Amino acid sequence: MADMIYRVNMATMSFKIEDVPADWMGLGGRGLTSVIVASEVDPECHPLGPNNKMVFAPGLLSGTSAANSGRNSLGAKSPLTGGIKESNVGGTLAGIMAKLGVKALIIEGIPEDDSTFYHIHVSKNHVKIEAVPNLVGKDNYFVLDAMEKKYNKKVAVMTIARPGEMKMLVSNISVRDPKGKLRSYGRGGLGAVMGSKKIKCITIDAENYKEVTYANSDKFKEASKIFTKSLKDNPISGEGMPAFGTNVLVNIINEAGALPSRNFRTGNSENAEKICGETMAENIKARNGSTTHGCHAGCVIQCSQTYNDKDGNYLTSGFEYEMIWAFGANLGIDNLDTIAAIDALMDDLGLDAIEMGVCLGLAVDAGILKYGDGEEAFRLIKDEVPNGTPIGRILGAGTGYLGKLYGLVRVPVVKNQSIPAYEPRAIKGQGVTFVTTPMGADHTAGYAVGSNILNVGGTVDPLKKDGQIELSRNLQIASAAIDSTGMCLFIAFSAIDDPVCLPALIDMLNARFGTTLTGDDVTNLGKMILKTERAFNIKAGLTSADDRMPEFMKYETLPPHNVTWDFTNEEIDEFWNF
Amino acid sequence: MNQRINITLKLFAQYREGNFKVEQRVCKSGTTPQDIIDELGITKHLPLGILMVNAKHENEKYVLQEGDTLSLFPKVGGG
Ligand code: SF4
Repeated sequence: MADMIYRVNMATMSFKIEDVPADWMGLGGRGLTSVIVASEVDPECHPLGPNNKMVFAPGLLSGTSAANSGRNSLGAKSPLTGGIKESNVGGTLAGIMAKLGVKALIIEGIPEDDSTFYHIHVSKNHVKIEAVPNLVGKDNYFVLDAMEKKYNKKVAVMTIARPGEMKMLVSNISVRDPKGKLRSYGRGGLGAVMGSKKIKCITIDAENYKEVTYANSDKFKEASKIFTKSLKDNPISGEGMPAFGTNVLVNIINEAGALPSRNFRTGNSENAEKICGETMAENIKARNGSTTHGCHAGCVIQCSQTYNDKDGNYLTSGFEYEMIWAFGANLGIDNLDTIAAIDALMDDLGLDAIEMGVCLGLAVDAGILKYGDGEEAFRLIKDEVPNGTPIGRILGAGTGYLGKLYGLVRVPVVKNQSIPAYEPRAIKGQGVTFVTTPMGADHTAGYAVGSNILNVGGTVDPLKKDGQIELSRNLQIASAAIDSTGMCLFIAFSAIDDPVCLPALIDMLNARFGTTLTGDDVTNLGKMILKTERAFNIKAGLTSADDRMPEFMKYETLPPHNVTWDFTNEEIDEFWNF
Repeated sequence: MNQRINITLKLFAQYREGNFKVEQRVCKSGTTPQDIIDELGITKHLPLGILMVNAKHENEKYVLQEGDTLSLFPKVGGG
């Protein structure tokens, strides 16, 4: 049976199942969510009002046997940036949605009776909406347990915790992973959008789905084999990432003088050795954890891990570089176990690790806590934020608003979204991505750290402006296309370095759908997505003046390289000439 | 030409296994990163990914200077 669009209206508490319009047919993941948001959501709408929509879509290859194809996209207007947002996540969701034949799940409207929260259950040809007063005020793991009991261990679950119910801009949406832990649609305050629609959780039936079909399954298998081998043979995705996770970056970025520390005051952290991937891997080994874990079935890279405490008890998983950077280098907590405990707490509370971490880094400047005080950071996140106390509300609004409320100037945001983990003055290509992506400061939108620092996909001097605009543009086009396939972005290390990887990916798309796509078609898809997103943002009121770095980075030099953000506006605006 | 120079040598990721994290060294002037890589034998199993001197990318033929910090990484990545 053909894939369908499932449309849920929270105002009328009803659903419709629709055919896929012809011009959405060839799209999936980010391509589909951005096109739907752009065509159905009024760019001027209030992101938390009745006219915003949430659009969930699995990638084009999700549900297939292709390695690393289990990412699911969520699109909406972001209450944090005021622009379009696409956020994607692993977990079991994408595969289950695709196998159920759900091309996209669109949720619109706001319930008239907003005295409670609702649970949406999607199954074959059916959507059930019911009030769940017993889940109101509960956090993610409680909801996960309740859903596993109600259905089974396989059911796909998306949920918000208390901060999402309170529509805080640091709130995210959490998704169940294969081990019953959580991954998240991290950025852009999408938990607040779900909260505004009074949706506590969404489950997708995993019992009655059909396997996806292939136009040519032999060709698919052949291409899939080549693709998997390429990922496994690559030194980064095959060895480095499984051994150290993404946190291997702490030492590299620190050595390069680009690890933002003390709220972006220097490019080196005195804590690097204590919080780095090598130290983390040592702890994991000594405590019987595991350095390898996939955020979804079919991941052959396994950058995730299980991190135990000193007594060998589970502490957290999905312990990422950006999280560890935010709390370890930028906020100054020099103990990995403390950071891990905060990570686990934020998983349960559904908080964006980057937005919350950068916000607390700025809160030091505001005098709210002291640099390096992990105990107080933990307390603020545990007791103030989810209880909606006045200070909890202030921190829960994210870095940009905290800066305004306290009259601070050194506020590291672009389009009101916190800058993550890579100092733009010292990794200029990444800075170009931060200012130009329609998403607000987002490292995954075009990962120039690859050629600027890691010698992947060529080398471009991170401290010079030369070649950076073009680099970021090419990466953003490629990333938008990859985000549409359901592939995890970490396939890029192989896609860039191994000439057989990308053709194999395109062969898989063609064998799945019976199409004759070429590399050019994929590039054009990426361009179309970026332009669609940009056009939405312009109508929403974001202009070139929003494609800018915070001013302090233009006049304050960053040690150790003593560099500033020195692109002119004209140079940056060149980005959109394609 | 038998002047000596002091350098700091830092190893990362898998290169640390069986080696060290950081070491102060005295070497002959004219020493290059390649000389040090050869002596350590670290690239036998894992090719060199990133070479930095004083926080900047350099190549294996760079001539080390008094007080330099040399950092060596295998191919690693994240995001
Ligand atoms: S590489 Fe990491 S992020 Fe990508 S699918 Fe595997 S576990 Fe998830």
